[in-house]
Amino acid sequence: MISTLFKFHGGVHPPEHKLESAATPIVEVPLPQRLVLPLRQHVGNVPKLQVAVGDHVLKGQLLAIADGMISASVHAPTSGTIVSIDEQLIPHASGLPDLCITLQADGEDRWVEHRALEYRDLPKAAVLEALRAGGVVGLGGATFPSHVKLREDAQHPVRTLILNGAECEPYITCDDRLMRERADQIVRGIEIMQYLLGAERCVVGIEDNKPEAAQAMRDACRLSSIPIEVATVPTLYPGGGAKQLIKVLTGLEVPSGKLPTEIGVQCFNVATAYTVHRFIHHGEPVISRVVTVTGKVARPGNFEVPLGMSIAELVQAAGGAAPESTGFVMGGPMMGFNLPSAEVPVVKATNCIIASAPDLFPPLPPAMPCIRCARCADACPVNLQPQELYWFAKSSNLEKARDYHLFDCIECGCCSYVCPSRIPLVQYYRYAKSEILAADKAKQAADLARERNEFRLARIEREKQERAAKHAQKAAGAKADVAGDEAKKAAIAAAMARAQAQKAEVVPQNTADLPPAVQEEIAGIDARREAVNEEKQEN
Amino acid sequence: MSQSPYISGSTSVSVIMLKVLLALVPGIVAYVWVFGGGVLVSLTLASITALVSEGVMLKLRNRPVRPFLMDGSALVTAWLLALALPPLAPWWLVVVGTLFAIVIAKQLYGGLGYNPFNPAMVGYAVLLISFPVIMTQWPAPLALAHAQLGFADQLHYIFSRGLPVDVQVDAITSATPLDYLKTQLKLQHALADISQAPVFGVVGAKGGELVTGAYLLGGLYLLQQRIVTWHIPVAFLAMLALVAGASSLLDPVHYAGAGFHLFSGASMLCAFFIATDPISGPTTPKGKLLFAAGIGLLTWLIRTYGGYPDGVAFAVLFMNICVPLIDAYTQPRVFGHKL
Ligand code: SF4
Ligand code: SF4
Repeated sequence: MISTLFKFHGGVHPPEHKLESAATPIVEVPLPQRLVLPLRQHVGNVPKLQVAVGDHVLKGQLLAIADGMISASVHAPTSGTIVSIDEQLIPHASGLPDLCITLQADGEDRWVEHRALEYRDLPKAAVLEALRAGGVVGLGGATFPSHVKLREDAQHPVRTLILNGAECEPYITCDDRLMRERADQIVRGIEIMQYLLGAERCVVGIEDNKPEAAQAMRDACRLSSIPIEVATVPTLYPGGGAKQLIKVLTGLEVPSGKLPTEIGVQCFNVATAYTVHRFIHHGEPVISRVVTVTGKVARPGNFEVPLGMSIAELVQAAGGAAPESTGFVMGGPMMGFNLPSAEVPVVKATNCIIASAPDLFPPLPPAMPCIRCARCADACPVNLQPQELYWFAKSSNLEKARDYHLFDCIECGCCSYVCPSRIPLVQYYRYAKSEILAADKAKQAADLARERNEFRLARIEREKQERAAKHAQKAAGAKADVAGDEAKKAAIAAAMARAQAQKAEVVPQNTADLPPAVQEEIAGIDARREAVNEEKQEN
Repeated sequence: MSQSPYISGSTSVSVIMLKVLLALVPGIVAYVWVFGGGVLVSLTLASITALVSEGVMLKLRNRPVRPFLMDGSALVTAWLLALALPPLAPWWLVVVGTLFAIVIAKQLYGGLGYNPFNPAMVGYAVLLISFPVIMTQWPAPLALAHAQLGFADQLHYIFSRGLPVDVQVDAITSATPLDYLKTQLKLQHALADISQAPVFGVVGAKGGELVTGAYLLGGLYLLQQRIVTWHIPVAFLAMLALVAGASSLLDPVHYAGAGFHLFSGASMLCAFFIATDPISGPTTPKGKLLFAAGIGLLTWLIRTYGGYPDGVAFAVLFMNICVPLIDAYTQPRVFGHKL
């Protein structure tokens, strides 16, 4: 079945560099001795610890349980002993440490008791609950807990289920290999997702630079119990961005600040579908993932890696980094980030590790002034005017930047990529976003303080009136009592009204109704910002 | 620690400017063919003046000199101005115009990226206002001139206004077709008769139309290389053709047709090289269309009713003023937003 494809504005064609790592099958890495598992490997609440230092745990055993709706559990990738629970560096752009469980493997790799779920015999809520406990999150990089997205919502029924196998970022090939080698298991996962959501249509979107993966998926889909389309979409970065892929496959645009369900669409990464299958049909929680290791390494390829393995060890599995390599990038070259250290662990979000070197990712020459050539605007998939945003960010005209839809920017990097003046545009947007959010926060705090002050003044006023009333009481006897009470009440009511009115005014403008993924991103930006500030102070 | 993206495309400001210069080469070759080698002198003079004044200004403004001289933008300004001036313009006219363009219109406004007006057109307009006689004195194409000047004679003429003893100024200059057309129309002559004059070629100016065609060729190269988008050339030429075509359709006796306007004066140079200056132009697609259509309309109006033979420079400068407004009102619809 060939369905019509649509286009999104802009996009770029960076060199793909996929062949290096896509040629060989996924290799299972040797079991590491030490695993470091950050509690928070997803968007949402930190899960609650279920183990203590010294505990012996089995492979697949629950280490931390999802806390609240938007949260995900963490499990032991192998059997062994918990040797510490403390703050360690994690692979995050902020470069900040976070609470981690360190597991010393016992080498036996012994599984905890686990079994498949007969999901069709259970109420859907129970299946979702199981997924939440299984630590299933989006593996495309967003790591949003999947059970939340798989919930049926009467107000926004999902008609179209989209599976994202576009993998548009250069260098990354983990989804490509997964689709080539485990297409049937991905399809089993899609069937579960379709069942949970009751979607009428299922489409797998794959960029046309992965013909083998598309063929494998097509073959697997043909054997499925439900109709699943496989659509090859033109290779165009960032065609794998959820909103862009949805647009290409359905022609619909997710309204700004809204979730895809608003337009009856839900989108998952193919690797997420795979983990859903592994969990439901085999009872295996998410304890490993496929990671592309490429760039300046001896044997680029894809590896099945237990979560918690250090990047340094993983790179060893790929033959080690070349001597000229100067660091590691997690993710792709367009949206990835420099790892603070090679000792950080592989987490659920780790899709790709690139050993970088100056000749691979050359440092930018000094930026020239913007020549208003609008190449950035032509390349922006969101149809923003990056050159205007840059101007506003640079001149700290933050309100204007917001007016020009700064918060719709997905930080895809297309604008920076094409800019002939080599202006690091995205960095300006990250900075501006964090500044605006910090200002919003400060304003909220100030308003709160002002509100408190109003109450204080009201109290003082009230006490004054009470004193006056007492005097009056003394003078006029019992009658004044009522009047004093009345004055007291009136003063309090007036103060409350003022406070209420003020509160109504200060609803934070842009951030309140953002989806959790964006709020998470904002938290990330905040952290980065603080890190930068610290850096500044150190210098 | 640097942030993503870690890779970037290969186009730089220098590459863009270099390609613009390259695209001007066919036009220059045709120019030399039609008017002789004098224009090469103007080009050289303008280039040297531009580079030296840009360098000095950068130094005075405490800016890094090397990267900004290497970006090639000063050369583009210099070449455009030199090509817009009469081919045998005296040397000082070229120098003064270039100085004005670079020092005042560009550097004093903040240098590359900050000039609200097209520097070459500022230089041109200042010269046109200050030295109207020289600026409208065009040498006749070689094929039409009563006396031929060799390259050495042209050089001599440019630097000292001296002519070989047997040649009069009238013998080497002629009114440009745009000029000629206007004066003749004022004299109540009918267009059909006027266009029989030898200054007219197949569609535009004799000889000039060849140069214009060569600019078009260079322009197509710029389009193919994606140095310019189609919006400005198409909107400008379409608007010019539309008003010229419509007016000549309504009153063929008094109005020249679309072909004449497209292939006369600086039309093609404007369409692909002048109006497309990104810095002083709008950035939104709709804005570009509006901007260029405005230039097309104004060019025709000034050519037809104004006091100057060609209207491109003033049309461009006037539309430059409107750019912030145009940009503000032509913001495209952002993904996921309603218009
Ligand atoms: S691409 Fe760069 S130089 Fe061109 S308009 Fe955008 S920011 Fe300015
Ligand atoms: S980073 Fe933002 S502004 Fe730049 S192209 Fe991507 S969405 Fe547009």
